[in-house]
Amino acid sequence: MLGLTKKDFALLLVVTALALFAPFILNPFPEGSGMAQFNAGYPDLMQRFAIFGIFAIGFNILFGLTGYLSFGHAAFLGVGSYAAIWMMKLLTDNILPAMLLSVVIAGLFSLVVGYISLRRSGIYFAILTLAFAQMSYALAYSVLTPITGGETGLQLKLNDPRILDAALAPGERANANLFGLDMTASHELYFGAWQFTFNAGYYIAAACLILAFYLSIRIFRSPFGMMLRAIKSNNTRMTYTGLNARPYALAAFVISGMYAGLAGGLMVAMDTQVGPERMFWTASGEVVLMTILGGAGTLIGPVLGSGVIKYMENIISKINGSILHEWFSWMPDGLEDALVTLIYPFVGKGWHLTLGIVFMLVVIFLPGGLVEGGQRIGRMFRRNGGASRAAKDIAEQRNPAE
Amino acid sequence: MDAILLQILNGLDKGSAYALIALGLTLIFGTLGVVNFAHGALFMLGAFCAVTLNRLLSLGFVPEDASATSVGGFSFGAAKETPYVEHWFGESVGAAIIDWSVPLSILFAIPVMIGIGVIMERGLIKHFYKRPHADQILVTFGLAIVLQEIIKFYYGANPIPTPAPEAFRGSFDFGALVGFDPNTIIYPYWRLVYFAFAALIIGGVFAFLQFTTFGMVVRAGMADRETVGLLGINIDRRFTIMFGIAAAVAGLAGVMYTPINSPNYHMGMDFLVLSFVVVVVGGMGSLPGAVLAGFLLGILESFASMAAVLETLPGINQIVIYLVAIIILLTRPRGLMGRKGVMEE
Repeated sequence: MLGLTKKDFALLLVVTALALFAPFILNPFPEGSGMAQFNAGYPDLMQRFAIFGIFAIGFNILFGLTGYLSFGHAAFLGVGSYAAIWMMKLLTDNILPAMLLSVVIAGLFSLVVGYISLRRSGIYFAILTLAFAQMSYALAYSVLTPITGGETGLQLKLNDPRILDAALAPGERANANLFGLDMTASHELYFGAWQFTFNAGYYIAAACLILAFYLSIRIFRSPFGMMLRAIKSNNTRMTYTGLNARPYALAAFVISGMYAGLAGGLMVAMDTQVGPERMFWTASGEVVLMTILGGAGTLIGPVLGSGVIKYMENIISKINGSILHEWFSWMPDGLEDALVTLIYPFVGKGWHLTLGIVFMLVVIFLPGGLVEGGQRIGRMFRRNGGASRAAKDIAEQRNPAE
Repeated sequence: MDAILLQILNGLDKGSAYALIALGLTLIFGTLGVVNFAHGALFMLGAFCAVTLNRLLSLGFVPEDASATSVGGFSFGAAKETPYVEHWFGESVGAAIIDWSVPLSILFAIPVMIGIGVIMERGLIKHFYKRPHADQILVTFGLAIVLQEIIKFYYGANPIPTPAPEAFRGSFDFGALVGFDPNTIIYPYWRLVYFAFAALIIGGVFAFLQFTTFGMVVRAGMADRETVGLLGINIDRRFTIMFGIAAAVAGLAGVMYTPINSPNYHMGMDFLVLSFVVVVVGGMGSLPGAVLAGFLLGILESFASMAAVLETLPGINQIVIYLVAIIILLTRPRGLMGRKGVMEE
């Protein structure tokens, strides 16, 4: 189906189903209950799941397949965002041209950066991409202020030209829309104590995610994807067979830059503002974390990783001391206080600490990320899962790109 | 002429910090072959050693003074804390000790940082020698996040001012000393101290490597680890100690930097990115290259922020280091003084 093998098609179906039913799946707890704070089914967070999913899928095409570790991918996301917001300021507040332009501009920018950076590999490549990203950030922050709005960034304003749109009636605001469908429009469904929100913006982002995921499966299974894996496993040997590796690597770099541009465009479509901080190198580091945490070189890994990190960022950071005390209130007082003191540094403002520890543990013990973890657990429960077979499987997984 | 000298001097303090961090990074890379993204965090930990010692020394108690008016158990008036050091050593000596807490932190930071470095190497980095460079970058990046979050938890997110000793606060007229018109080059004392300190440390590390048996073995190990191992020398242990020394160099750079910039938890990350650029410009694995590139880039950055330069090339001060790095990497792949065969695929 759709040019995919049965297994891949099943995977695509699973992702599609997850994306479409996310408002249900992510809201398992009824409103008003103590567990409601673990609900992730509100539009803002779901949109971020989809957007960062796209970003990480794109990054994975570069890092997972070719092994080139880029520490500057946030620059493409930022450039895409700026392109999109200018399109919405000047042309129309329909998101379609904005997203198209963001992909094109990010693609062109990544072509330039990739053409230069790919002359080197390994750590030098990482430093070069980092240098380009930091330069873009510094320029967006200072000299390019007329284009980027500097520190305050850019927002949609009432007096923007928007030459294709009719003039706004007094009191009306410019809203990002898709042929009239407002991105912030939501339909709420009540089901007993449960509340589910279906948001137009989220479904557009989800559609992009599914499309991006489908494209990445096709790339992974194509001869082109095979070439990219060859670059990772043995670049020298590939060159000796008479193939020039660089055009392939550059193509992968540009594709992943375009994915980042799409993610940036979607960010603007969902929330019509841009600031330079989304190009800062920690933002590039975040997408690396997402991809590794989920499983670099696997199809589903990046989506999983970005979901986990964004969920943690939003949910763990909400837990504070009083909530912890509430949870452990059934314990004897001394034990309760001890437990709360122990857990407190890891939640709330300290969620980055949890993230760092989880990330380190994953890199140390599970180089294949959560996907490898899932496979190991699955193997434990399988029949005849003898030690020798497990060892053989692990040996096969030395190359997670397979 | 005086303007040029002023910019060189202005670049020296940042250049010293870059050079010290890059020196440590190169030591670790040259000995163990590990790309340490947590090195900026070590710089930050050093700075917080100074903060910690300052706080420890300022710890005080309220003396139970009989003369203090006490009404119904509440004491008024003389409820001022007296630091223990003033109590123990007398008021003037105690106050001087607190005043000199930053230089004293050097003594405190050396064992602490060597300890942290050795624990880091034995506990974590050791297991990553055979893994790809990407894995090393990632795990040390994770470690850096963890370290800075721990510091953030205990010390808060705000910068903590840690002043230099009274004697070194303020500025002096450097221009008048070297024969320029007075009041053209005003330079803070502490920056000069920082530069002298950095030069001392750098000289010390080089002398240690050059003139001691230990240093000789380490240099031999950097050239050919296997052969040194076959000669019956426990090279791993020496490299572990070198990791500790590299951590101490970064830590000391941080200790002495506190009066220039109040330390906060993410200062390490800010320096790390630039220090990596410095290492790459200097040439991966070359110690003199790292030091040279550190000072050069620091001074270059300060020249780029001159008003006259900014008029013609706005914003150049923000990007000049990265620009130079890109040009160097593309034209001289081995950096300024890189050796052949280091990190080349």
